[in-house]
Amino acid sequence: MAGTRLAAGETIDGFTLGARLHAGGMAALWEVTHPDHPGLPMLMKVPRLAAGEDPAAIVGFEMELMILPRLSGPHVPRVVAAAGFERQPYLVMERLPGPSLQARLSALPLGAEEVAAIGARVAEALDSLHRQDVVHLDVKPSNILFRPARDGAGGEAVLVDFGLAHHRLLPDLMQEEFRLPYGSAPYMAPEQAMGVRGEPRSDLFALGAVLYQLATGLLPFGDPQGLRAVRRRLWRDPLPPRLLRPSCPPWLQEIILRCLEVDPARRHPTAAQLAFDLRHPDQVALTERAGRRRRDGWLAALRRRFDTDARPAFRRPSGETGAVRAAPIVAVAVDLAEESAAMAEALRAGLGPIVAALPGARVACINVLRLNRAASDAAEDEAGRNRHVQRLVALKHWAAPLGLPEGRITFHVLEAADPAQALIAYATANRVDHIVLGARAESLRRRLLGSVSGQVAAHAPCTVTVVRPRAGAAGRGAAPAEA
Amino acid sequence: MRIALLADIHANREALAACLEHAARQGARRLVFLGDLVGYGADPGWVVEAVQTRVAQGEAIALLGNHDEAAVSPRGPVGMNAEAAAAIAWTRGRLDPGARAFLASLPLVAEDGERLYVHADASAPGRWRYVADAEAARRSLEATAARIIVCGHVHVPALYGLTAAHKLIAHRPAPGVAVPLLRPRRWLATLGAVGQPRDGDPRACYGLLDVARSEMAWMRVPYDVASAAAKIRAAGLPERLAARLERGR
Repeated sequence: MAGTRLAAGETIDGFTLGARLHAGGMAALWEVTHPDHPGLPMLMKVPRLAAGEDPAAIVGFEMELMILPRLSGPHVPRVVAAAGFERQPYLVMERLPGPSLQARLSALPLGAEEVAAIGARVAEALDSLHRQDVVHLDVKPSNILFRPARDGAGGEAVLVDFGLAHHRLLPDLMQEEFRLPYGSAPYMAPEQAMGVRGEPRSDLFALGAVLYQLATGLLPFGDPQGLRAVRRRLWRDPLPPRLLRPSCPPWLQEIILRCLEVDPARRHPTAAQLAFDLRHPDQVALTERAGRRRRDGWLAALRRRFDTDARPAFRRPSGETGAVRAAPIVAVAVDLAEESAAMAEALRAGLGPIVAALPGARVACINVLRLNRAASDAAEDEAGRNRHVQRLVALKHWAAPLGLPEGRITFHVLEAADPAQALIAYATANRVDHIVLGARAESLRRRLLGSVSGQVAAHAPCTVTVVRPRAGAAGRGAAPAEA
Repeated sequence: MRIALLADIHANREALAACLEHAARQGARRLVFLGDLVGYGADPGWVVEAVQTRVAQGEAIALLGNHDEAAVSPRGPVGMNAEAAAAIAWTRGRLDPGARAFLASLPLVAEDGERLYVHADASAPGRWRYVADAEAARRSLEATAARIIVCGHVHVPALYGLTAAHKLIAHRPAPGVAVPLLRPRRWLATLGAVGQPRDGDPRACYGLLDVARSEMAWMRVPYDVASAAAKIRAAGLPERLAARLERGR
């Protein structure tokens, strides 16, 4: 195995080493350049291999070597080249400009809106990873970076360091190597401290700990040394953020404390649903968590500590049906303006089996308020507000027969000139898994304006179900329709 | 270069034909048949000829399995259950002298670069022990120097990896997912069966190894199970041998 005595100016497989940017316990990071990649800022990660080193450095590097090149999308650094342990091991990846979230920790707390905006971006990155069968298992400020934002685009969170990550379909090299559940003590989920790897909601717990820190300036469980101290979080709940920072709004406390639930089943079912809550504070269903003013009493904590029945049983997630598929976000577009009773009924009937079969599914009811391109904003203002409220009321009325509890259903009125584009943009931004919408009735309008459902079906980033009441169904007199 | 690894064909013509066609489409240039060409199934003659032809053309390696040995050895089936023994007795009458000679000529192991192929336990290839858990995998890995051992015999896909600290990890491969066999770690792969899967998935299974990338995938190929099962019944072989093809167990 090659040594690790590298120096600036040296060349490995065409990559010339520049400055050494970081020398950690597990690996060193070098700035590198390559004639085939002019202008691309790159990093080379080289694991520490000297005799007597922690074997975790080797295994962690091997895991990253397996997992990172298999990931795609804006939420991971792009891999340029990689080499394993047969020679000098390294991983060359794109170097992101700007510091990690760690840099923000010197000026805490942050305002609720900023905490939510950061949290939503990280949750979206986690959603992308989880959909690619990977759990990060080391979410913490120093592993969170951001792409530069320009003209309202970009700004995505990028997760780095996959040395502790778990891939559902690849061998888990950590599995036997260490009985210790490796992770970062302040942020580690309780089930991770008990040796469970492969639970995507462990990442939501860690993100919850990060959000707690951003919102209060304190770590929810301190910085425990050693595994026994980490396991304390199995029975000892953190101080509610609002106790530390009264300015923290109830909805943010609700979200943070839900992330920090000991039992993964009580957290948000998916990262996408967490992102959704962080993007729509006004739609967060507030529970007892939102109003919590103190920690549980010692008696309750002691009972959790010593009554094993009071503890959640952590199970290895059975991977076959991923949580993402079991808890989709379903958007239903309700066109209140021209909805016939038959269409309203057909839409609910189309939605019913989905929400009944998937208890983790949540429904976003959407109505698009078409903006008049020519009208002046000022004149429309007051009338527009009224229409907005009316549409929300009508949406809730439409959804009432579904009987979904608060927390599983939200209501949104979008204002847009082009309804199809608005729906597609909404589905993209909110990680919607499934759009249900009606086919507009055959009409002069449809012929002039084209089919919204046809456009959405063709261009949406997810499954689209177009609902159409059967012509002449049960004497309802539904007009013939086509997508 | 891609190598198709096919074990436990068990005289299942439909399954073998489907896998060979699939492997060709995947760009497999070399074939390795890891034993048990015959036994259980109703097409021993066709299967042996298909393998023999490819070996003669220099595009394949073939190894001996316990059923192949039983079908040609004067001792007959030794230590086999009643159904397997009945199928061997039936098979013996269906092999022509050329096929018998070919089976009798097959080696127990073959080495190819850093890889070692064997039907069962590499530490004692002729004893036909199952490699069904991490301890058995360790026995095989410790008995040889090959970086990668590929075997069959258990009819269930699995991957075992030996770490630098001498610990073994076990992995259940997902169909069609390429798994990196990282260097310098050592690995033992048990293939699923082409002709008689027993992991609950009735589709034929074979291994696809990408040598340059050091990646292996366990491919699953749907085939005409109904025809293969019907031939077993028509041949008067034990009913369970037909039924288990349909269940994949």
